[in-house]
Amino acid sequence: MRRVLELPYDDKDLLPIEPGDEVVLSGILYVGRDQVHKRLYDSIMGNEALPFDFNGNAIYYMGPSPAPDGFVLGAAGPTTSMRMDPFAPLLADHGLKVIVGKGPRKRPVVEAIGRNGGLYLQAYGGCGALYSSCIKTAEVIAYPELGPEALLKLTISDFPVFCMIDSRGHEYSR
Amino acid sequence: MDAEKAISDALIKAIRRLPDKASELIHEAAVNESHPSGRLVLEAIEKNIKISRETGLPLCQDTGMFWCLASIGRDSRVPLSRVEDAIINGAGKAAVDGFYRKSIVADPVYSRGNTGTNLPPVIVYESIPGSDIILHFLLKGFGSENCSGVRMLNPTAGEDGVIAAVVDIIREAGGKPCPPEFIGVGIGGTMDRAAVLSKKAFFHPSDKELADRILKKVNELGIGPGGLGGHYTALSVSVIEEPTHIAGLPVAVTVNCWAERMAEIVFKEGEI
Repeated sequence: MRRVLELPYDDKDLLPIEPGDEVVLSGILYVGRDQVHKRLYDSIMGNEALPFDFNGNAIYYMGPSPAPDGFVLGAAGPTTSMRMDPFAPLLADHGLKVIVGKGPRKRPVVEAIGRNGGLYLQAYGGCGALYSSCIKTAEVIAYPELGPEALLKLTISDFPVFCMIDSRGHEYSR
Repeated sequence: MDAEKAISDALIKAIRRLPDKASELIHEAAVNESHPSGRLVLEAIEKNIKISRETGLPLCQDTGMFWCLASIGRDSRVPLSRVEDAIINGAGKAAVDGFYRKSIVADPVYSRGNTGTNLPPVIVYESIPGSDIILHFLLKGFGSENCSGVRMLNPTAGEDGVIAAVVDIIREAGGKPCPPEFIGVGIGGTMDRAAVLSKKAFFHPSDKELADRILKKVNELGIGPGGLGGHYTALSVSVIEEPTHIAGLPVAVTVNCWAERMAEIVFKEGEI
């Protein structure tokens, strides 16, 4: 089934979305991958301030290619989610529970998404030009020294994804 | 001919335009895939190819690590330094002018500091008959490369053992390497030689019959496009074989995502 989700979200907006649904995202989407996850994890463990409010916000596992003139970003498709698995459960328990990435997740991530009533959404792998065309604004909000891995805040419109894990922790099955 | 420019032009094009054969195989899969989720993925991929063509944006943000097979004609009188400089400078120029993502870190274990140039490339040299110099590039994305691997089989494992080893690696990869995939299989030599052959196979396949048998078995896994299910886990398999030791049967697999980005540049004697 095809569904629409506005970001930031209310918890009740997540409930109707089920594994196997096509979901179209619009609104605000934060971006972070390997090094950002390590830093967010370390910040929580060290009781340090986080660079954005986790509650109601979603994160996209992505590192763009450079923007040519006239473009907000270069290619901007998802990266492999499993590398974020060591960090994702703790982040989900602190509110970062709606995730956009690609590929399978390990058991503790599935359980953390279910426990917190979040979502794991898969973006279509390798479709960097397609996702770039859905991104209207982009700004670096933390860790600029990480280059293509910096923490970004995007405004997106009609961004197509696929529900892999729903808010009850149920997984998509082929 | 300006060798650096010829290399750079080919690499700038390679991250934006798939080889015709790859586009055709993707289109054929999009038409024939019967699984509804797999079809959704193939529709997104075809839309992405179209947007990339219209905007000039790279197909994928992971523009890869430069991997180059430099085949040097054994009768060529060109100094090797000239060839190596052309590869490194041409690749470096493509990374800047072609808006490649800076994806290469200098220190793999500790600082992970970015080289900021997308260099160095991985270069494999070989000698070939004649005097031409032929460069084959792969733009190796690591979502797929992380799923590549080598298995050292028993010498008696035979064809069934080889097929089972490849299928096992692809099963383990699941949806991670952005299927539908292009699979290179290198058989024989030593462990490292089999690994090189698994990349050379994309350019010089030598055993189509075995490749077809592997493709059939891989596409019985049901992983499908994007790992969401369907027939098309792989679009193509390329196999190359070489002599090996009486005690072994090395089998290496290179997994390429659907965005099969590659380039071939040929220099005749005197052109470089």
